[in-house]
Parts: sequence; structure tokens; C-alpha cells
Amino acid sequence: MEAVDPFIFRLAIFVLAIFVGYYVVWSVTPALHTPLMSVTNAISSVIIVGALIAAGPEGASLSKVLGVIAIGLAAVNIFGGFMVTQRMLAMYKKKK
Amino acid sequence: MSANLTALAYLIASILFILALRGLSSPETARQGNLFAMIGMTIAVVTTVIDPDVVSYAWIIGALVVGGGIGAITARRIAMTAMPELVAAFHSLVGLAAVLVAAAALYNPGAYGITDAAGELKVASRIEMGLGVVIGAITFSGSIIAFAKLRGIMSGNPITFPGQHPLNALIGVAIVALIVAFAFGPAHWLFWAMTALAFLIGFLLIIPIGGADMPVIVSMLNSYSGWAAAGIGFTLENTALIVTGALVGSSGAILSYIMCRAMNRSFISVLLGGFGGEAGAATATRSDKPVKAGSADDAAFIMKNAGTVIIVPGYGMAVAQAQHTVREMADLLKENGVKVRYAIHPVAGRMPGHMNVLLAEANVPYDEVEELESINSDFPNTDVSFVIGANDVTNPAARTDPQSPIAGMPILDVDRSRTVLFVKRSLSPGYAGIDNELFYAENTMMLFGDAKQMVDDIVRALQ
Repeated sequence: MEAVDPFIFRLAIFVLAIFVGYYVVWSVTPALHTPLMSVTNAISSVIIVGALIAAGPEGASLSKVLGVIAIGLAAVNIFGGFMVTQRMLAMYKKKK
Repeated sequence: MSANLTALAYLIASILFILALRGLSSPETARQGNLFAMIGMTIAVVTTVIDPDVVSYAWIIGALVVGGGIGAITARRIAMTAMPELVAAFHSLVGLAAVLVAAAALYNPGAYGITDAAGELKVASRIEMGLGVVIGAITFSGSIIAFAKLRGIMSGNPITFPGQHPLNALIGVAIVALIVAFAFGPAHWLFWAMTALAFLIGFLLIIPIGGADMPVIVSMLNSYSGWAAAGIGFTLENTALIVTGALVGSSGAILSYIMCRAMNRSFISVLLGGFGGEAGAATATRSDKPVKAGSADDAAFIMKNAGTVIIVPGYGMAVAQAQHTVREMADLLKENGVKVRYAIHPVAGRMPGHMNVLLAEANVPYDEVEELESINSDFPNTDVSFVIGANDVTNPAARTDPQSPIAGMPILDVDRSRTVLFVKRSLSPGYAGIDNELFYAENTMMLFGDAKQMVDDIVRALQ
């Protein structure tokens, strides 16, 4: 039998992750839907890994410039997203 | 670090992201979840930076400090009422970052190891790159418009023009054609042409959508930002991005669905737009039935002598900045032995769960705040419903009048409680542009005035 294309592996991971996301997100309490959005926003900025690779090499190139800008944008999201989530979650208190 | 170790590190990061979302199932575990997500992000970034090909540390650290600084200051300063705008702005940044990363990969595919034997970008990578950049660009321009509408820079009224839908369809077909052409030959102009058209369609898709539908749109753009990240993940053959994109994409899709269901609208009709502008209010017919109006003192007297009170807050309460005073009122009532709870409709704020955050900020304990499904059956046994800043979500016409524009929409059954106190400036209709028969009901007392002023007066009367 021939080897499975690595693309199929990635597709499988993608589809399974959608299922995981589906079940996990339905169990999120509606009271925390706003923090859910801000935290998913922060983690989708893991796109920064792509930017880091582009910005990585020495010397100057167009792709490096694009990478550095993308790092900056993703960093706004990562720091902003996690911190605002933390700020919101700190406000949720139980009855005394 | 070997490719295998890198892949394992990305797997750990992905698992930590899943645990972060899992933590949000309860406020008690949510903070720990957020910490997991931060650790996951750190692992993903560090793993990438220690790659031997990544050596340009000065630029990387510089960009991280500048971007991180801006993010941190924004997160600290932003008002909780402005969360929807902030989230929309953040979505636009993810979209733009996706476009930039795709472009960087287009100009230097070798850095990502996605070239074929001839040194050209692989065919599969080209298709994935096309999808990633298009979704990223739509997310960017769509979120900018959503931000402008939420912030009030742009009117919340739907902007429609003749031939809008055929134009959108035409641009959609052109984008698909460009992606196909790009798969056959990686000319750079094809890439930039599809990106430009995607920016345009993102803009065109959001301008016809009215203010009331913004919760759906913000959720939908949340979903798009995830799919964009996944698309780029496929291009760069990076599993951390694929998994995270899938998680975020399905999360946003579920939230859009919940918002649509709460308004009893189909996703397609929201996307087609043209609903929920302030202009709708002018066309509504005003009923001239008699209305019972009361004063703050009356309201204070009624609530003090009640056994159970349910407060129904809407976005109007947040606009009037009355949430802190409302909590004070609730505290005074509780001192008088009244059982006080809050009932939240899913679309009470401008984004999913927004009202819960605003109440939490006002120090309302989260276990006093209930969702529509869990509290609706309690209204018949409730002495007083106190509606403040909400309107359409309490309109019994949704249940009784099949002709009503909001027919079938799930509502809070406040009309079934013994007395309804309704704080409102006037009898003007809400977003849906329809009259609320609750204003004229036997058991309703209208409290006319500014929400904050009215609650202030009630608090004074209770003291």
C-alpha cells in the first residue's frame, strides 16, 4: 500500500479538532461567553508562530518585514486578549 | 530542536488551549483555564524562536514589546461596555496578521519548507494559502466595519443599495476563480488580486447589517478569524495553528448559532442584512391604550413588600451606566428580606455574555444571575419583575402574535409575574420597531425616566 499523504493527516487533525471544539464550547456556561470570545481571540493569535519564522532569518527581505509587522499585530492580540480575559474573570464572584 | 520535538511541543500547546476552553464551563475553573492558555502560547512561541533558522532576535523582541505594550495598555484601560468593539478590533488584527503571514510565505516559501522539487510553492500549499489569505482579509475588513458600527463612528443603520447581492455573488465567484488560477500558476498578482477582492467583500458583507444583529456578526467574525488561522496552518504545515484555528472556528460558529436562535432569525437572513437599524423605530404604530405610570416611591414600596424580585437588565441599563446603582438597589432589597435575582436574555448586551460581564463588574454575584432557560418557569411565582433597559426581549407578542416580526423569538416571560415595573424613557419601541403590549398590561407599572436617575430615586426611597 502507498503511504498516506501528510495532508490527509493534517485534515484528520483539523476535523477531530473541530469536534473537540464543538463539544467543549457547548459546555461553556453562557455567563462566560464574552471571556470565551476574548480568550479564543488571544489563542487564534498563535498565528504568531508563522510570523516568527518569516521574521527569523538574518538580513533584510520583504518577507521579513511582513513577518515583523505580523508579530507586532499578533502580540497586541496575545497580550491584550489574555489580560482583558483575566481582568473580566477576576470580576466574577460568588455570593458571600 | 528536531521536527518531531517541535511537533510534540505544538501538541502540548494545543492541549493546553483545549483545557483553557474547558475551564470556562464554570467561573471557578475559568481563571486556571486562562493560565493554561497563556502557558500554551508561551510554549508555542518559545518552541518556534529556538529554531536554529530564527536568529533575528532584535526585531522579534522589538515587535513583541511594541505590540505587547499596546495590547496590555488597551486591556487595562478598556471600559467593559466597550468589550464588543475591542473584540472586533482584535479580530481585525488576527485577520491582518493572517494576510501578512500568507504574503511572507508567498515571498519566501523556502523558510517554511513548502516548496516542490523545482523550488516553487507546492500546489496544495497554494490552494491553502489562497483560502487562508481570503478568509483573513474578509475577517480584517469585516471586523473594521463591525468596530466602526459598534463604536458609533459609523451609523448602526443598515446600508443597502440596489444590486448588492448580485455584486457580492460576482466578487465571490471572482475570488474562487483567482484561487483556482493561483493553483495552476503562482503569479504574485493573482495572490494580491484575491486579497484585494476579499478586503472588498468583507466590507460589503458587513455594511448592510444593522446594529441589533451585531452580536451575531461579532461571533461570526470570531469564527472567521479561527478559519483564517487554520487555513494558514495548512499552508505552513503547522499543527498548532490547525488545531487552534479549528477550536476558535467552531467556537465562533456555535456562538453565532446561539445568538441567531435567541433572536429567532436564520443565519442567512442576518447575513443578507437590512434589519435592526434605528430607522425601524419611526415606522412603528404607537398604540393609544391607557398606561399606568408610577413614581420611584411607588416602585420602592412595591418591591420592599415583595417576596421575590427578578431584575431584567438590557443594554439600555449599561448605556445609562446604571448597573452599579441597580446592584445597590438589590442590596437594599435583600436587607429587607426580599429574594433578588437577575434574568439575562442571550442578546441582552452587544455580544454573547456581555450583560453577565457588566453585572459582574458591578459586583453582582454570578450565582444570582440566571439564564433564560433556567429562570423562565419561575416568573409565575414571582412578585415583581423589574425591567430596566430591555424591551423586545420581554414582548409577549413573540409568544402570542404569529404576525409579529419577533414571533417565535424566545422571550423572558415577565408578563406572567404578579407585577411588572418597567423603567423606560418613553413608550417608544425597541430595535425591532414594534410596540410592546406589556406597557399596557393590567399588571404593568411604567416608571418613566432615565434609567440611572430612576434607580437612584428608588434607592433613596428605600433607605
